[in-house]
Amino acid sequence: MKYALVGVTCLVLILAFVLGSNYYKDQQAQKYGFMAAENAKLFVRDHSPTLGSDDAKVYLVEFMDPACETCAVFAPFVKKIMADNPGKIKLVLRYAPFHDGADNFVKILEAARMQGKYWETLDVMFKTQNIWASHHNYQPERLWEVLPGAGVDIEQIKKDMHDPAIAKIIEQDMADVKTLNVQKTPGYFVNGKPLKTFGQKQLYQLIQSELDAKYRK
Amino acid sequence: MIQPDKTTNTNWTLLFLCWLLVSVSAMISIFFSSVLDYVPCVLCWYQRIFLFPLIFIFAAGLFPTFDRSVIKYALPLTIAGGLTALYHTLLYAGIIPENIQPCSQGVSCTEKYIELFGFVSIPMMSFFAFSALVTLLIILKRRTSK
Repeated sequence: MKYALVGVTCLVLILAFVLGSNYYKDQQAQKYGFMAAENAKLFVRDHSPTLGSDDAKVYLVEFMDPACETCAVFAPFVKKIMADNPGKIKLVLRYAPFHDGADNFVKILEAARMQGKYWETLDVMFKTQNIWASHHNYQPERLWEVLPGAGVDIEQIKKDMHDPAIAKIIEQDMADVKTLNVQKTPGYFVNGKPLKTFGQKQLYQLIQSELDAKYRK
Repeated sequence: MIQPDKTTNTNWTLLFLCWLLVSVSAMISIFFSSVLDYVPCVLCWYQRIFLFPLIFIFAAGLFPTFDRSVIKYALPLTIAGGLTALYHTLLYAGIIPENIQPCSQGVSCTEKYIELFGFVSIPMMSFFAFSALVTLLIILKRRTSK
């Protein structure tokens, strides 16, 4: 009797928790869906770097930070999904440099974009992250050693990264981060739908469900 | 068959209530941090440290029958948790000035997340829960020491 009472209470509590969190996440998803319909600009700004065809019907918006380790882990995964679905997915990168000093790396990346080497630089940054951003111990001077691998002019980057236009981009992105309640990086939205639980499998399923919806076989 | 007398039954129910209160509190706490993504501040973490083990201590005291020694083990945790919650509530309300608070990095302990009915903050809920636990345990202590 006693065991049953405690056991049933446990189950009820766990059930309440699961139902509560599902309810909350559905509410959030609806809210974001509404935001996406009302104000697409929140997700894709004119300044946002994009990859993939303009005709793509699935927009994958990623809030990221070049110094974020998980973003680096997800990058090849996202690339693979895009390669598997050519022309159907458009990747939009947004910045969410949460850690102190992380915005400097966004500035470097944006400065490289002025030289037309955006994706090459991002690739090098992700691949060499353990050298210059090991456990959030940022060492920008070590980044200068590896960046030539992306074919960029380092001296020019050092000048361009302080361009106020770049600071403005970060400011706008951080404002959208707040509106969209992005708490962690990478933060994903697929056609405005947020990733409810974090993980590669979950991201894959979310993208796949949007692909199925937009490209009916 | 041993016939459980009425007093033991009431004691068991009181302890069960303690366990229920602790479980619900822990669940709400985890809901705030994992589902609503409220990042717990340092003081919240101290209160959680005092709160979470109580689930298992109370549960252990419920079986196979009510064990009064559970009071001895649970009281220090509840009192410590209650004091931390009291400090946190006062800090949050601005009665203790913020500049002496220990959380300079990460989330501020006075960060506003939710306020039920306009004034019940998270630290206040924690304080209510710990106070209720201390009260229940003292009642149990009185009942069993006769």
